[in-house]
This record gives sequence, structure tokens and C-alpha cells, in this order.
Amino acid sequence: MSAVPVAADAPRGWTRRFRSNPTSWFGLALIVAVVLAAVFAPWIWPVDPLEQDIVERLVAPSMAHPLGTDTYGRDVLARLLHAARISLVIGVAAIALALVVGSAIGIAAGYLGGWFDAAVTSLLDVLLSFPTLLLGLMVVAMLGPSIENLVIAIALTELAPFARVARAPTIALKGRDFVEAGRALGFSDLRLVVVHIVPNLLSEVVVVASLWLAAAIRTEASLSFIGLGVKPPTPTWGGMIREGFENILDAPWLAVAPGFAILVTVLALNLLGDGLRDAIDPKVRRD
Amino acid sequence: MGDYLLRRLLLAVPTLVLTMTAVFVLARIVPGDPALVILGDQASVEALAALRTKLGLDRPLHLQYLDFLVGILKGDLGVSLVTGKSVWAEVAAVLPYTIELTVAAIAFGVILGVPLGTAAAVHRNRLPDTLTRLLSLAGLSFPAFVSAILLLLVFAIQLKWFPVISSPKMDDWGERLRHLVLPTLNLGLIMTAYVTRVTRSSMLNVLGEDYVRTARAKGIGGFAVLSRHALRNALIPVATVVGLYLGTMIGNSVLTEIVFNRPGLGKLILGALNLRDYTMLQGLMVFFAGFIVLANVATDIAYGLIDPRVRYR
Repeated sequence: MSAVPVAADAPRGWTRRFRSNPTSWFGLALIVAVVLAAVFAPWIWPVDPLEQDIVERLVAPSMAHPLGTDTYGRDVLARLLHAARISLVIGVAAIALALVVGSAIGIAAGYLGGWFDAAVTSLLDVLLSFPTLLLGLMVVAMLGPSIENLVIAIALTELAPFARVARAPTIALKGRDFVEAGRALGFSDLRLVVVHIVPNLLSEVVVVASLWLAAAIRTEASLSFIGLGVKPPTPTWGGMIREGFENILDAPWLAVAPGFAILVTVLALNLLGDGLRDAIDPKVRRD
Repeated sequence: MGDYLLRRLLLAVPTLVLTMTAVFVLARIVPGDPALVILGDQASVEALAALRTKLGLDRPLHLQYLDFLVGILKGDLGVSLVTGKSVWAEVAAVLPYTIELTVAAIAFGVILGVPLGTAAAVHRNRLPDTLTRLLSLAGLSFPAFVSAILLLLVFAIQLKWFPVISSPKMDDWGERLRHLVLPTLNLGLIMTAYVTRVTRSSMLNVLGEDYVRTARAKGIGGFAVLSRHALRNALIPVATVVGLYLGTMIGNSVLTEIVFNRPGLGKLILGALNLRDYTMLQGLMVFFAGFIVLANVATDIAYGLIDPRVRYR
């Protein structure tokens, strides 16, 4: 059995700090609400988001259509709820991909050091010198808009921060006694990394992931707004704003409703991530 | 200082070359044939071959790469496939609009954000601090195009205070200013949120330093301690972080320009995307990436000028 030593400053303390922060709770509650709305969309508002009705075009919000209808007479509330699914799936998938690949790169660079570390660090600098939106835009424009390509493009824009966050603690951890002890016992590098290093930096990486999930959802919406999102008629928040913006004079609710949906989701993730970061950041903890 | 300057500039060369290489690779990850992507499925074989020759895609990859790098060295960003004009000329034509907007927004953000962040730090964990933190987080959560649409709806469409389409004649200063207000407000408020947060955390660090306590112990008044002792040091990281924020800022200004239908680099990119102007996109990527690398160098040099300790590292 290899017991994994817990870093001196890990859990307990930070869960308590997180629990006592009301804004983090507010963020968490909002996120849960958005996820539930996305998951149970067909039961909450059992209307087909793709069904067109030429007679009921651009109808203002009413009992039958709480958020009105769009240019094709489609129910905006139904589209909003179904779009939440797409946005969340793309955001979570992109972050998961960036987290796994980025952390692996960062850990490898930090653990191996030397020229490999130097090469990876300068490549990350290069990746960071592209404006996020433009990098995503270029990749989607080249690969073509589809859910998979959006995930790849957004993951690429978030790769460097994950690698950076994973690299620094790896360098600190590989010199610690318990890693040295493992090495003296003849453990392989892979075992040292997977069993002894990864668990100790996981909390940091996962915690900041919520902040970057917010950024990923915003990037997806921006790309859809520009016209590089998932192809219509599939509803996405950014795509709905794009379509709504064309009718901004006659039907402002078309752009406003999905706009608030994005705002609430991103704000909730930022509140949550901020609370988590304050809870684990040693600088904040000191006082 | 001369030494430091030279070292920093030399360090930028490999980063620039790597960045340009990345653009080259990015522009060639198209699965299949770029000519087919540009012309579409209906294109004839002859047209495809002609375009490939025109783009130099029929040449060996290493020669294409060399041409690309040499072109950049000569200041050649390529030629637009659609208009036939050089990418530089297209950029130069709209650059004043983008610079005007960006500078106004940064000024707005710094003028509002630094005092707000300082106030929040001084009143830490009390109501002004909580309010500022929540508001700045909300500001950072707004996708730039959502806030732009809301501003447009309220101030241009409902109240009719400002034009809906912001494309001013550059020689009429009054008109130019009126067209600048809403886009600046949009970019500037997001910038303010960012500067406020950075100033707050930087100020909190500085306020805990010994020399601030010493200054207070000597009986120097609260405002003088803040402005003369704390703020000066707190602003150094703010300057760096504002430099790092440029990438996000460029993305936001692209979205803002699109919503307000304002000429600028954002609309140039959108146009290139819609017309599948492949060379234009590549040239614009080179321009933006190069700009950010150089801006980071400038930030570092400024950092060295403000803080002598940096130079001797």
C-alpha cells in the first residue's frame, strides 16, 4: 500500500473557509440551477425548440410563449433551455480536455526539467501571445464549425494556463522528502508522478478550472455570435443572440434573454471560482 | 539600463519566430486542401490548381515556410485574396479607429479602476469593498457583445442619445466623439472591472508592508500615505497585468466593433472570415500575435524603468 501524504496545507482548512463564504454559496446555487434547467429542459417546458410556426413570428412574451418567439416562430424559452445543454457540454468538454492535456504537459515539464522544460515553457509563451478569441476563431475557421472542433479550439486556448498551474507545484513537490523516499525505494517515474505528485496538486488545478469554465463558456458564446458556432437550427446562446441581434429593433427580447442566460452562468462560475481560490490561496489565508 | 534593454529585445526574437511559426502551422491545419476550403465544393479543377499556384501551396512546405518568414522580415503580411490589396494597407486603413477606441477604453478603465480598487482595499471586508468586488466580478462576467447590445438597446435605440451605427467621418471631431462614447463605455467598463480587481489585490499586499506602517507611525496622514507611498508601488503590478490583458482586450474590441458596426480590425477579421479570405486571416494573425509579443516586451521594459530592482535580475 502506498499511502499518499497529504500536503501540509491541503483540505480541511479550505473547505471551512469556502463554506463560510456566502457569495461562493450563491454561485454554487446558481450553477446547480442552470445545470438542472439544462438537464430537465424537456420536462420544465415541454415545447420543441426546433418547431417553426410561420403565423406566430416575433411574438412578444406572453403566457403561451413566456419569452416570445423568434423569426421562425420558434419558442424562445424552449430554445434557451436546450441551448444551455450545448453551451455546458462544450464548455465542460473543452475544460476537461484542456485540464488533462495541459496538466500532463505542465507536470511533465516540471518533473523532467532541463531542456524539455525550457522548450515547453517557451511554447506556452507563444500560445499565450495569441488573443484567446482570435486563436479560437482561427482554429474553428480552419477546421470548420462542429461541436468537436469547437471543443478542440476552446481547449487549445485554455491549455497554457492549466500547464502553468500544474508545472509550478510539480517542481516544488519533486524535491519533497516523500517523493525522494519513493525514488529511493525504486519506484518508477510514472508511479511517482501518478501516485505521489498528481493527488497533491489536483485541488489547485480543479479549483481554478471553474474560473476557466466561465471563460470557456464565454468563448463559445462569442464564437457562436460571430457565426462560427454549432450550425443552426441547433440552439446555442451565442447563436440566439446573433439571430436576435438582426431583429433588435422589432424584438429586443430575442437578444436580451440569451444574453442574461450567459451572464448568469458565467457570473455564477466566477463567484464559485473566486470563493474557491480565496479559500485555497495562501496569501489570502495568512491574515 | 542599455544592457537590460538589449537583453530583453534579443529575448523577444526567438519568441517572435516561434509565434510566427505557430501562425504558419495554424494556417495549414486545414484538413484537406485550403484551396477547396476557399473556393468551395463546386470549384473546377483548373480554378483549384490556379489558386494553389497563387497561394504558393504547390511548392514544398519548407520553401513556403521560408517565404513566409522572409516576407514578415520585409514587413510583408501578404495580399488579400478578395481585394488584392496588401494586408498592411487594409490594416492601416482601419487602424486609427481601433487605436482610438482602445486608448479611450484603457484610459477610462485606469481613471475609474485605480481609485475604486484603492478604496476597496482601504475599506477591506466592509460594504464598499464587498460592493466593488461584486460589481467588478459582474463586469468581468459580461461577454463584451452582450454588454454592447444592452448599451445599444438602452442608449441608442430607446433614448436615441447616440447613433446606432458607429461609423464616423474622421475629420469631424464632434461626430467622432459622439460615435466613440458607447463603444468606449462598453470596453471601458470591462476594463474598469479588471483594473479595480488588480489594484485592490496589489494594494492589499502593499498596505501590509513595513514601510507603510513606518510612514503611518511617523504621523503622515492617511491620504498622503496612500498616494505617496502605497499607490506608487501598488501600480507596478497593475501596469504589467494591464499588458497581459491585451489579448482579452483585443477579443473584446473585435466583438464591440461588430455590435456597433464600427470600422476597425474587428470588422476586418469578420469580413475576412465571411469571404474566406485565407491570406487576410493569416496576415491578421501575424499582426496581432506580433503586436502582443512586442507589447509584452514594452511592458517588461517599462517595468525595468519603474523598478530598478528588475534590471539586475
